[in-house]
Amino acid sequence: MIALLQRDLLLAVRAGGGFGLGVAFFLIVVVLVPLGIGPDMVILSKVSVGVLWVGALLACVLSLDRIFSLDYDDGTLELLLTSPIPLEAVVTIKAFSHWITTGLPLVVVSPILGLLLGLQVSDLKWVVISLLIGTPALSAIGAFGASLTVGIRRGGLLLSLLVLPLYVPTLIFGANVASKGLEDVSNNGALLILTAVTLAAFSILPFASAFVLRINLR
Amino acid sequence: MLLSVDNLSVSRGGVSLFEGLNFTLSSGQFISLTGGNGTGKTTLLRSIAGLQPIDKGEILIDTDNFIFAGDSNGIKTSLTVSENLRFWSAIFGGKEFEEALEVFHLTKFENRFAGKLSAGQKRRLSLARLMLADKAIWLLDEPTVSLDKKSMEEFSKILKNHLEAGGAAVVATHIDLGLKTHSSNINIEDYRTKSGNLNASAGAFL
Amino acid sequence: MSLWEYANPVKFLKLSDKVLPFFVGFSIIGLSIGLFWGFFFTPDDYRQGSTVKIIYLHVPSALMAINAWFMMLVASLIWLVRRHHVSALAAKAAAPVGVTMTMVALVTGALWGQPMWGTWWAWDPRLTSFLVLFLFYLGYIALWSAIDNPDTAADLTSMLCIVGSVFAILSRYAVNFWNQGLHQGASLSLDKEKNVADVFYQPLLFSIFGFVFLFLTLVLIGTRTEIRLRRTEALRLRKDSE
Repeated sequence: MIALLQRDLLLAVRAGGGFGLGVAFFLIVVVLVPLGIGPDMVILSKVSVGVLWVGALLACVLSLDRIFSLDYDDGTLELLLTSPIPLEAVVTIKAFSHWITTGLPLVVVSPILGLLLGLQVSDLKWVVISLLIGTPALSAIGAFGASLTVGIRRGGLLLSLLVLPLYVPTLIFGANVASKGLEDVSNNGALLILTAVTLAAFSILPFASAFVLRINLR
Repeated sequence: MLLSVDNLSVSRGGVSLFEGLNFTLSSGQFISLTGGNGTGKTTLLRSIAGLQPIDKGEILIDTDNFIFAGDSNGIKTSLTVSENLRFWSAIFGGKEFEEALEVFHLTKFENRFAGKLSAGQKRRLSLARLMLADKAIWLLDEPTVSLDKKSMEEFSKILKNHLEAGGAAVVATHIDLGLKTHSSNINIEDYRTKSGNLNASAGAFL
Repeated sequence: MSLWEYANPVKFLKLSDKVLPFFVGFSIIGLSIGLFWGFFFTPDDYRQGSTVKIIYLHVPSALMAINAWFMMLVASLIWLVRRHHVSALAAKAAAPVGVTMTMVALVTGALWGQPMWGTWWAWDPRLTSFLVLFLFYLGYIALWSAIDNPDTAADLTSMLCIVGSVFAILSRYAVNFWNQGLHQGASLSLDKEKNVADVFYQPLLFSIFGFVFLFLTLVLIGTRTEIRLRRTEALRLRKDSE
């Protein structure tokens, strides 16, 4: 299973866009927002958490169809299904490698983009923490959406339509952790729920995803 | 006995393809599947591999003891030949892949990207996967597609070695692989479902 | 004889043939009594004036918007466990009705909210939840229409409905967490302290009764259409393979 993770990461590096594309998209969103709202740093810092979270979420959605579609097209997924590795594990690993290639880079650049949106250096901590805990859930939920649409040609738009409503709770709790953290209000409750969402998404959703993949591969 | 198929019927797209199919496969035995396009060779192999649900009958197989190779190669074009094989060897338990490279004459392409290989070389790389798995039953769908005459002969030699070592194979193919002993043929067209017979799912609406 | 016998599409068509006129009748009776009584024979509210009368569309449609999703969830589970085609097709037929009910609830809510709260829309937990529910419906319907094989489509949409239900409940909870809200409490509850006065309450019951049967009628007609489509397809398949 480590081999699968290694291979997915290697493929992401070889394909070029793997790591960079999501981050570039994230950057563009964050640059466009002040252009639309205006340069007032006070207003920008008020909306910064929301912009960072929504931007990260959209950057994540952008790359979801890559989780399974390449392996589906070249027949690898079919071979993996008949291999000794349980399909549930395959899904989990692939969701995790999606997080490493997409979610983690977003977390890493988020403090710099936070500064662009008028956040103080001392405030950046909570943005990073909330994204670090929340983005894995986005990958696991996204893997479920990707397994639903894997057999559909040009399913990218449909995939976003299916996945974005499922992202609502993660977005709400994630942004809540960050914004409460900035205001120095206790955010333990939201932090706990966000952690629970991520853990539950990674432990339960792979079963639903594998079920759906088996149907799409028959 | 490694595999037993009993009174099997399978459908595709709502229409039943074949019915009443019976056969068994024992160690050292080779079965070639023949029949025209769309008669159900691929569907049968996919059913045995557990990819495709069946309508009726029973398939008895040790699910840990087979390897399936479909019509697509399952090769990553942006990985090198040895990286492709290293991945599959890790999936199947970490067997060395040098021998497989040698047998399929891929050693000199070891560090070449699989995307740069010719169609026949890609096929050989795909078949090299079989040697990494150490499984008794090989389920192969048109394995010799895009292979030249020499590679084909070599592949039938590999198949023969596999059978002599106690393995078995079910292969959908139109080509005589020259395996005289222990080989039998199933023509799926002999089991073709009577015309107009729908599967249970579509039939429920009539 | 078991109830599951009617899960056979052909038997279901026969049964629904007999039941459908009653459902149509009940929905006409319920809706006409409820709406006429509600619109013309109830007093104006001392605070809300005649605006309050939109309750006779708003509450029943909101109720059915949620019940339709719940029905789809139950039907999806039945399909996955027992493989009855009627169940999957009923879920498929309920979705467009459910999404319409959601839209009616949102629009009547906006029309009601404007004079009362002074705004067409507020990011209140209830309103937001309904908007999210609307998105769930859209995704579900889009997935049905994107897949060619009907059994595959039924399997995938059923799984989406189940996972979606969990996330819909989670979203409802999340949205409450996110904003405390402007919307009044539930209009109907089993508590003794009712939120709606008796004069308004009785016609509302008729209206809800009418909406329930309107929903059942529409789902039944939709399911029958889906069954006939599948029947046509099966006949065509049989002919082609001969």
